[in-house]
Amino acid sequence: MSILINKNTKVITQGITGKTGQFHTEKCQEYANGKNCFVAGVNPKKAGEKVFDIPIYASVKDAAADTGATVSVIYVPPAGAADAIWEAVEADLDLVVCITEGIPVRDMLMVRNKMKQKVAAGGKETRLLGPNCPGLITPEEIKIGIMPGHIHRKGRIGVVSRSGTLTYEAVAQLTEIGLGQSSAVGIGGDPINGLKHIDIMRLFNDDPDTDAVIMIGEIGGPDEAEAAAWCKANMKKPVVGFIAGVTAPAGKRMGHAGALISGGADTAEAKLAIMEECGFTITRNPSEMGRLLKSLL
Amino acid sequence: MKIHEYQGKELLRKFGVPVPRGIFCPTVDDAVQAAEALGGKVWVVKAQIHAGGRGKGGGVKVAKSLDEVRQYAGQILGMQLVTHQTGPEGQKVRRLLIEEGADIRKEYYVAALTDRATQKVVMMASSEGGMDIEEVAHKTPEKIIKVFVDPLVGLTDAQAGELAAGIGIPADSQAQAVAVFKSLYACYMETDASLAEINPLILEGNGNIKALDAKFNFDANALFRHPDIVAFRDIDEEDPNEIEASKYDLSYISLDGNIGCLVNGAGLAMATMDTIKLFGGEPANFLDVGGGATTEKVTAAFKIMLGNSNVKGILVNIFGGIMKCDTIANGVIAAARETKLTVPLVVRMKGTNEDIGKQLLKDSGLPIIAADTMAEAATKIVAAVQ
Repeated sequence: MSILINKNTKVITQGITGKTGQFHTEKCQEYANGKNCFVAGVNPKKAGEKVFDIPIYASVKDAAADTGATVSVIYVPPAGAADAIWEAVEADLDLVVCITEGIPVRDMLMVRNKMKQKVAAGGKETRLLGPNCPGLITPEEIKIGIMPGHIHRKGRIGVVSRSGTLTYEAVAQLTEIGLGQSSAVGIGGDPINGLKHIDIMRLFNDDPDTDAVIMIGEIGGPDEAEAAAWCKANMKKPVVGFIAGVTAPAGKRMGHAGALISGGADTAEAKLAIMEECGFTITRNPSEMGRLLKSLL
Repeated sequence: MKIHEYQGKELLRKFGVPVPRGIFCPTVDDAVQAAEALGGKVWVVKAQIHAGGRGKGGGVKVAKSLDEVRQYAGQILGMQLVTHQTGPEGQKVRRLLIEEGADIRKEYYVAALTDRATQKVVMMASSEGGMDIEEVAHKTPEKIIKVFVDPLVGLTDAQAGELAAGIGIPADSQAQAVAVFKSLYACYMETDASLAEINPLILEGNGNIKALDAKFNFDANALFRHPDIVAFRDIDEEDPNEIEASKYDLSYISLDGNIGCLVNGAGLAMATMDTIKLFGGEPANFLDVGGGATTEKVTAAFKIMLGNSNVKGILVNIFGGIMKCDTIANGVIAAARETKLTVPLVVRMKGTNEDIGKQLLKDSGLPIIAADTMAEAATKIVAAVQ
C-alpha cells in the first residue's frame, strides 16, 4: 500500500499542452506504471486532440466522466491556476496536485475558502496538494509531479516536506542506505495551501506499509508545531524531524505583524524544540536524516 | 514589495480612509513651499524610508514655524536614519512628507493580514497605538483584539463594530471607525497586500478618526495585475545585490558571514546555510538558483556573491532532478573562469548525471574541491576559508 496514490490511480493533467506540462507529463508517463495512469489532459481549445497519445478534453468534468480519473495534476500558469484548482474541485475529484509556483495569495485564499464552503454544504471533499510543490510519488508504481523518479526505491519509509530538493535529499539518503519509500510527498512552500504536515502524518500513521517517517519543515507558519502536537498524542511510528532555516534572518520574508500572528513559534529553533518535546528524533544536520532514521528501526 | 508612507496614504485615501493633508517633497525648498501651501501653524516633517521606527531614530519632527520646517527638513534629508529595522548602517533619507499637524486625543493600532492557520484574513486592532505592536503582543496580549474574516463574505459590520468597541473607541466615533476598518479591509484585498497597517490610527479632539501612518507590503506574486502599485517601487530602498539577482530570476538575500553559497531550491539552500553554521562557518548569503540554472544564471550568481567583499569561499550544493548535474557543472566551470575565481570553491552534486558532472569538474583543471555530502562540503569550505 501507500498513501494517496498507487499504480491504479488515473490522472488528468491540467495544462498538458504548455511547455512545462508536456515536459513533465512525458517523464511521468515513462515512470513505472505511468503509461496506464496518465489518461487525460484538459484544454478547452484543443479538445479532441492528443499529447503523447493522451486524449485532451474540454473540461476536467468531461475528462473524469470519460476516463474514470480521480486525480488531477496542474501545471497551469499562476494567473489561472486557482481557477484550475476550482474546476477540479467542482468535478468532485479525490485529489488535486498543484505544481504551479507563484499563485497570488488572495487567489489561494478564495479557492481554499470556496473548497471549505462546498464541504460544509455537504459537497464532496477534494484534497489539494500544494500549490508550489514537487508533487508526490509512490516509488515503482506512479509519480505525479516533477521529482526525479530514479532516486526513489520502493520501501516502507514515508517522507513529507515543504521543499522540493530537500525532499529529494532525504529520499536519496534513504535509498543509498537501502531504505525504500512507501510514498514521498511535497506539500509545497506557499503560505496558503491544501494538505499540511499533520494531514500527511495521519495518512502515514494509518498506512500499514509505512514503518517510519521523515518530516521536514521550514521557518514560518504554525504547521510543523501543529503536526508535532498531533503526533505526540497519536503517532505510533518513529519520526525523524528536520527544520531548515536556523540561520535564516528574522523578518526577511514576512512583515513583523505576520510573525506576531504565529506567536514566535515559527523560528527553526522553536519548531525543533516543539518537535523534540513531542517525541520526534530531531537533527540539526540534514546530511544525517537517513542514517538517523535507520537507527530507529 | 514595500512602499513609502506617502504612497500608502494615497492608497488609503483612494479607499476612503481619512488621512492628514500632506505633500511629498524631494528637497528642502519643496518642504517649505509645501508647508506654506498647506497653511496652519504646525507641520510634521517625516522621513520617507521603507523601515519602521522612524520617530525614535529622529526621522519625524514637529515644526511650529516655516523656519523650523526648513531647519528640520535640512537635518532629515540626506541623513543616515538608523532604526531597529534598518540595521546599524541605517538608510539614507531621500524623500520627505510634509503634513499638517494633527490634534491627537488618543492613538490606536489597526492592521490587516493573512492568517496561514485559519486561511482567513485577520483584522487586528489595539488601544495601544503608536507603540511597537510586537512589544504590546508580548507584554499585554489582552490589549490586542482580532477578528477572522471569511474572504467570501468580507469584513461584516458586526466584526468591525467588535473591533471598534474592543479597543475602546468612544461611542460617538465608532461609526467612523467601522467605516475606516471596512475601507482598510477593502484596500487590503483589492491591492493584493500581504500587510496593511495603520499605526497610529488617531482620534482627534473633534472626534474624527484619521490614519496618521500607513505601512504596506504587497504579495510579489500578484504584482502582475497591479501596475499602479509597481509604479510605487523605489529601488533606492532595496539591496542592489537583490535587485541584480532578481534580473536573473535568482532568489538572493545578503547575510553577515563569509561563505557564499549557491543552491537549487529554497529549502535545500536554507539547509546548506544551516550546515555551514553547524560546522563552524557563517553563510554570506541565501541564494536559490531555481529550476533552470543556465551558464548565464550561474555566472551572474557568482558575480553577485563575489561582489560581497566579505566572501572568502564558495559552496555550491546542487541536487540534480530535472536540472542535470552536467549542465550545472558546465555553468560552474564557465563562471569560475569568467570571474577568474581566486577564493576556494567546494562543489557538492547529487542526482541526475552526477558522475558526468563530477568528471567535468575534475577535467576542468580548476582547483575545485569535490564533496559527496552536505556535511562534507561544509567541513571542507569551513576549513578552506580559515
